[in-house]
Amino acid sequence: MPVVASVLDLIGNTPVVDVSHLSPNPRVRILAKLESQNPAGSVKDRIAMSMVEAAEADGTLQPGATLLEPSSGNTGIALAMICRLRGYHLKIVLPQNVTAERRQMLEAYGAEIIPSPAEEGSNGAVRLAQKLADEHPDWVFLYQYGNEANPTAHLTGTGPEILRDVPEITHFVAGLGTSGTLMGVGAYMAEHAPHVKMYAVEPPSGEHVEGLRSLDDGYVPPVFEKWGGIDALHGKRIVRPADSIVWTRRLVNEAGIFAGISSGAAMAGAAKLAERLEEGVIVFIVCDGGWKYLSTGAYTEDLETVIDSIEDVIYF
Amino acid sequence: MSNTVNVRIPTVLRPMAGGNSSVELTGATVGDVVGELVGVYPGLKENLVDEAGAVRKFVNVYLNDEDIRFLEKLETAVTDGDEVAILPAVAGG
Ligand SMILES: Cc1ncc(COP(=O)(O)O)c(C=O)c1O
Repeated sequence: MPVVASVLDLIGNTPVVDVSHLSPNPRVRILAKLESQNPAGSVKDRIAMSMVEAAEADGTLQPGATLLEPSSGNTGIALAMICRLRGYHLKIVLPQNVTAERRQMLEAYGAEIIPSPAEEGSNGAVRLAQKLADEHPDWVFLYQYGNEANPTAHLTGTGPEILRDVPEITHFVAGLGTSGTLMGVGAYMAEHAPHVKMYAVEPPSGEHVEGLRSLDDGYVPPVFEKWGGIDALHGKRIVRPADSIVWTRRLVNEAGIFAGISSGAAMAGAAKLAERLEEGVIVFIVCDGGWKYLSTGAYTEDLETVIDSIEDVIYF
Repeated sequence: MSNTVNVRIPTVLRPMAGGNSSVELTGATVGDVVGELVGVYPGLKENLVDEAGAVRKFVNVYLNDEDIRFLEKLETAVTDGDEVAILPAVAGG
């Protein structure tokens, strides 16, 4: 491997591992793309880099600038790494019900944390960040949920890598957050391998969010709407905490892949899909490693206890 | 033909649904079940469906955890013991 000048040069080009022995259908292969191998530990390194570069290129981001971003963790951590190296100040609006490790990672990279109420979940963090951005027009608000550079990073990076490494792919499964991964990879496949079907998994986050006044406080990211949304997907399902944890454990115990809980959810979605297919090759995304979820007991504690306590934690 | 399904109510809607976290209802399709739900708890109606009777944009309805927008939407048939979940759309990231 060539020596690189900066960890930022290590973003992307992630490896794919065959985990077909976990497939419930012998005629369906399942392959894991390890985004956990990115330098700050998640798939979000890609979009953080692409959003910063786009903002530097168009002049939005000037030397010494202050950035503001709502994030349940990974985007914030990725931005924090980049801002450290590029000399920007970073403020992350972070819901209070994320794991301690997410907070600690942000602190390690020198980001300032602005807490948002746990009862309002991620939607509350987005709302608070929008309010703060209005009040501080001098802060640069990249806004991952509405930033074209988010899906574009997957259109030009993740998508081509997958088709290059797994030309036989038939189905793609990933977690749905900002929708950047699914919309960007989907747009690439629509152009270069239109037979590939796109499947989203999501946690039942909305079930326990108490701080909503009505369902109109729900939130659909502009990226999702602009990049095809529902029409760009072939299926979307909830994966509940129990299944997510069980599959997170199977990944570590039976494939040695120490992944985060949303990756367990994606694997659960891939397994469910495999049961229904005649044959095929499913690629799913391992968004991050397990490090930031150790404190939840997800890997070793009594299963019932973990499932109960994880319901109140944001892990997407 | 009518089948009994369990409907999960999210926290945000419970005050409009008699405080219940789930309700047993009957119907042949998801639409029937949602119709029964808003019949019993009229306060829920404007939260769930628009004037045209379609599921509102910020609401996701799932049958056995599958988003009904990828099934037959409100026309999706239900069978005994199915579970319908109603959830507000939430951002991740
Ligand atoms: C752990 C984890 N899983 C899944 C996702 C979903 O990715 P995306 O925002 O590209 O939809 C995210 C980010 O939102 C995440 O941090």
